[in-house]
Amino acid sequence: MGDLGGFFMKQFIGFLRKEFLHIFRDPRTMVIIFGIPIVQLMLFGKVISTDIQNVKIGILDQSHDNTTKKITSKLLSSGYFVLAKELQPGEDVEEVFRKGIAKMVVNFGPNFEQNLERDGKQDVQLLADASDPNTARILTSYAGGIINDYVKKEKLQNIQLPNQINIEVRMLYNEGLKSVYMFVPGIMAMILMLISAMMTSISISKEKELGTMEVLLASPLKPIQIVLGKVTPYLLLSFINALTIILLGVFVFGVPIKGSFFLLMGESFLFIMMALSLGILISTVAPNQMVAMFISLLGLMLPTILLSGFIFPIRNMPLPLQIVSNIIPPRWFIVIIRNIMLKGTGILYIWKETLVLVFMSFTFIALSIKNFKIRLE
Amino acid sequence: MNPYPDFRQKSPPLEGLGEANQKVIEVRDLVKKFGSFVANDHLNFDVYKGEIFGFLGANGAGKTTAMKILCGLSSPTSGKVKVAGFDIYKETEKVKRNIGYMSQKFSLYEDLTIAENIRFYSGIYGIKPAERKVKMEQLLKNLDIESARDSLIGSLPLGWKQKLAFSVAIFHDPKIVFLDEPTGGVDPITRRKFWDLIYEASDRGITVFVTTHYMDEAEYCNRVSIMNEGKIEALDTPENLKQQYGVKNMDEVFLKIARNKE
Amino acid sequence: MISIQNISKSYKDVPAVRDISFEVQKGELFGLIGPDGAGKTTLMRILMTLLIQDEGKATMNKLDVVNDYKEIRKIVGYMPGRFSLYQDLTVEENLNFFATVFKTTVAENYELIKDIYIQIEPFKNRLAGKLSGGMKQKLALSCALIHKPEILVLDEPTTGVDAVSRKEFWDMLKKLQKQGITILVSTPYMDEAVLCNRVALMQKGKVLDINTPQKLIENYTRKLYAIRSKDMHQLIQDLRAWEKTDSAFAFGQYLHVTGKDDEVEATEFENYLLKKNHLELQVFDIPPTIEDVFMDRMAEQ
Repeated sequence: MGDLGGFFMKQFIGFLRKEFLHIFRDPRTMVIIFGIPIVQLMLFGKVISTDIQNVKIGILDQSHDNTTKKITSKLLSSGYFVLAKELQPGEDVEEVFRKGIAKMVVNFGPNFEQNLERDGKQDVQLLADASDPNTARILTSYAGGIINDYVKKEKLQNIQLPNQINIEVRMLYNEGLKSVYMFVPGIMAMILMLISAMMTSISISKEKELGTMEVLLASPLKPIQIVLGKVTPYLLLSFINALTIILLGVFVFGVPIKGSFFLLMGESFLFIMMALSLGILISTVAPNQMVAMFISLLGLMLPTILLSGFIFPIRNMPLPLQIVSNIIPPRWFIVIIRNIMLKGTGILYIWKETLVLVFMSFTFIALSIKNFKIRLE
Repeated sequence: MNPYPDFRQKSPPLEGLGEANQKVIEVRDLVKKFGSFVANDHLNFDVYKGEIFGFLGANGAGKTTAMKILCGLSSPTSGKVKVAGFDIYKETEKVKRNIGYMSQKFSLYEDLTIAENIRFYSGIYGIKPAERKVKMEQLLKNLDIESARDSLIGSLPLGWKQKLAFSVAIFHDPKIVFLDEPTGGVDPITRRKFWDLIYEASDRGITVFVTTHYMDEAEYCNRVSIMNEGKIEALDTPENLKQQYGVKNMDEVFLKIARNKE
Repeated sequence: MISIQNISKSYKDVPAVRDISFEVQKGELFGLIGPDGAGKTTLMRILMTLLIQDEGKATMNKLDVVNDYKEIRKIVGYMPGRFSLYQDLTVEENLNFFATVFKTTVAENYELIKDIYIQIEPFKNRLAGKLSGGMKQKLALSCALIHKPEILVLDEPTTGVDAVSRKEFWDMLKKLQKQGITILVSTPYMDEAVLCNRVALMQKGKVLDINTPQKLIENYTRKLYAIRSKDMHQLIQDLRAWEKTDSAFAFGQYLHVTGKDDEVEATEFENYLLKKNHLELQVFDIPPTIEDVFMDRMAEQ
């Protein structure tokens, strides 16, 4: 029996060696595995960063009272905005935008402080240059946040600023409103999904396509050896990736890890396992690399980007999509990481999400085993 | 030292060919290099109108490379090549209009019907609808498949597919048709019926440039060239080659040439 | 060694193999001869335990292909239609990999593959994808032999390979046969049939005939003539147009021709063709080849 076990390991190690040779010999695979995570993170973190700094704004103050002055100085001292122009009543706001003097104009109506104290509400108009809608949305929400913050802190509790000023809930845990904090967990989920699921499914379906699977099936290799042999290299590589992303996040972008590092790595491990079993499942239905690639990209990448809450907040989605988002594994993983990294919560607060991932992993593994054929179709 | 007479200077034997010695392919000092690897080493040959020209050689001898150059799909490192009277460097588009191509791998779209395939190819080569209709009827009648005009290519037997692919490759009456191992894997009867089509095309004045691994098919060619390691080692009629090498069939000629080299 | 009884297999509604039965003896070199679509690959995959037949029973060394698949996979060497090598691994890495898969080492069975491997050994550090067709074929055979199988199953090992490599390959098979390995090989090249001990001629999922190549040729009782003239294409048309011709097919530089009911004499053909102004006419009796036999059997179907 020991002898048989020895053979099992020898076969397995032989298989593993082959897999690593495949990976290290293909420059494209290497780029995907090690290049993409870094590029993605830099891209989202820096280039496409939605952070705003020193954006030019105009102020149209028709009251010139204490409150408006204080709010103005709050806005300007936040670091997000610089004053480009003080507008006079009757001046053409559109021209300010057209000439590119400012991106946003804050309009305080007449008798601002008076009205606020008397009626308990007062309008502040935020006019933004919506030719860049994304930035416009962010500018108004930042400004709105600052104004509300001021009112809450400085004014009486029963006085509220209503109307068109909305405050993003995410500010709660991301007071600096740094988008990179949001992106790191999302990118981690995306990369691990890509490497683990896509690469495994492609590498298995490649053998089908080239006909080598036929020889493997006709050999004494057991299916479990083939599957483990395929999965192990990517488990390792994905783990390295997870580490790289976290380190980049911490040291380059200053994302904190408030919770337990080991819990974070443990959860990442769980997620990788889930993605790998998903990859095997895909490969059992995909006859060739092309199909595996399409299923992975359309079936995994797009939902991860669009429906996981990575970019678009889930609670802003229409109800059907919110329901669909529940079956997207990264949705749960992103919640877990955000909790651990940004909130510092422990397992007590994320056991539900963790269980969902465990359940998904087992489902995918069970389905894969059921689908994995010891013969050709 | 080449122990055999230099075929380059020899006027080509054109027995049984009524046409004047009109060159449709002229290759002079064709060289194709991939890095330091010489795939085609100073090839020189002519192919004449209406000829069936067998292009043989071992795997990796450089056949495919040379064929791609002649079809205008790849450009030579150096040398002069004229196909259908056009320079393949400068007049690639004109070359492409005047040739047809069929390979074992790609022939017709499996998910289109016979009529749709023909329509598509007619469009590519600018054949007018009226002309297309007449020619298509004739083609279907020739191949005796009139009833199958609206069948998907994928549903047809391999033998039919190959005959159709060939007929479509010469649908625009090209001067030359290139056939890359057209008969691989078909049964012996279908294979021979395919050669009947090749003869018919040749009778119509279409030059046929064909590669094959079946040595008996080499015998059906008017002339045969045999490549080895990037060079043309022999070029003559099958009859003359057998005499030169003192053997009974082309199979042995081929073995001798390839073996001598090793 | 291999026993096949009434095996049938269809893909959806398309029959691939229809009611095939035959046996291969130990140490035999047995050929499946037929064009694409004859069912050769399907039959081999059933024997290799990669497909399950719809009907019938097959055994390899008395092991059932459905129930004892694990045991069979240990004793059979297999070379599928496309040389199943890892293109991005070197010659040596491929060989080592297949050795470990079959729980052995290259050194252990080097004796068996030596003759073949020695030819590709100079290139052992070259990637398999960069080898020529003939060398790939040799490497694939070495890989299939690495565990010293009792039965070797080769699916079209010579397709797309040039004539020289094909000849060398058959020489290697002959040597392996001498070492007691039972070999089942398929090929679309009819001329390779004579290199087998026995062959099954296959067409459209059916076996047309099974016998030794010699017997197949002996059993061909028709009168066959080789005919040639200066204008071969005209010759074939004239012959086919004649009511006394049964079949006329090109075979290399000659046509192989049979007359209706085998009652047409050589002189009759000669007279007819001379009337048609054929020059340099030759007509003589010729012994049939396997291809003649195959075509005759096909015509019967």
